[in-house]
Amino acid sequence: MRITVNGESREVADGHSVASLLADLGVPAERVAVELNLKVVDRQTFPGTPLRDGDRVEVIGFIGGGEDTRHER
Amino acid sequence: MSDDRLTIAGIEFRSRLWVGTGKYKDFIETQKAIEASGADVVTVAVRRVNITDRKSENLLDYISPKTYKILPNTAGCYTVEDALRYARLARAAGVSDMVKLEVIGDERTLFPDTAGLIEAARILVKEGFIVFPYTNDDPIVAKRLVDVGCPAVMPLAAPIGSGLGIRNPYNLKILMESVNVPVIVDAGVGTASDAALAMEYGADAVLMNTAIAGAKEPILMAEAMKYAVWAGRMAFKAGRIPRKLYATASSPIEGML
Repeated sequence: MRITVNGESREVADGHSVASLLADLGVPAERVAVELNLKVVDRQTFPGTPLRDGDRVEVIGFIGGGEDTRHER
Repeated sequence: MSDDRLTIAGIEFRSRLWVGTGKYKDFIETQKAIEASGADVVTVAVRRVNITDRKSENLLDYISPKTYKILPNTAGCYTVEDALRYARLARAAGVSDMVKLEVIGDERTLFPDTAGLIEAARILVKEGFIVFPYTNDDPIVAKRLVDVGCPAVMPLAAPIGSGLGIRNPYNLKILMESVNVPVIVDAGVGTASDAALAMEYGADAVLMNTAIAGAKEPILMAEAMKYAVWAGRMAFKAGRIPRKLYATASSPIEGML
């Protein structure tokens, strides 16, 4: 299936959950937040949240920033 | 000064200097500067994780949430909707219910959109966030932010990153007298004397990033800021003498030849 992760379209195997996608990406789940189709996913439900074709996933974390960090476009 | 702690929304803060984590050369420098500053609150930005480079390091490996209170910000957000989205994601990352709320109104000045700020603050407070709003040095806006449930306000001293120091000390003073919550002066500090001055005026804390990260020697400046905030705080508590136009001798006349 094809999903969009952080703005990039990518092909992933069917049957992924949010948790397995993060594992596949090599992203430690404990320090990120995930948004699925504009809804925040509770971290407790990462393993039980299935991904479907066409889903839009955002994986966010913290970076250095003070007052004026601009969007990186 | 160690007993002079600041408590906001039940959270006890050891330090009255709060620092940002942006603009440093690397994570090592960030870590060293923050250590030197003595700050226990650090602001961080919320951004997409780098999913293409598996070796990319995480800021929180250097600035541990076990040691520091992490204050995520909504920097770069120009609408209420964006600010809400970033705040909710920040909380979902699981390190804090606090958010430094920014709704920026204009790219050139980075001045806050105070109408949007009040609206976003109202919503986030209802959702249980501890909202620290980055606001203008406007006493009435500060009052409105307190009205909607902000446990502190963060007025600017000058535009973000400008280093101009406190441009309107009188407004800031009126603001401090207008609200019954802690006031954290945020943005515009250029050097140590600016931070000391903010504290002498009665600010409860000062937040800065560029003044430290942008200095030639960020770690040295971080330490300077630590002492400046202490000195300013102590001077405020000690109570300065009134300004007088003419001299008053400090040595007695009595006993002179």
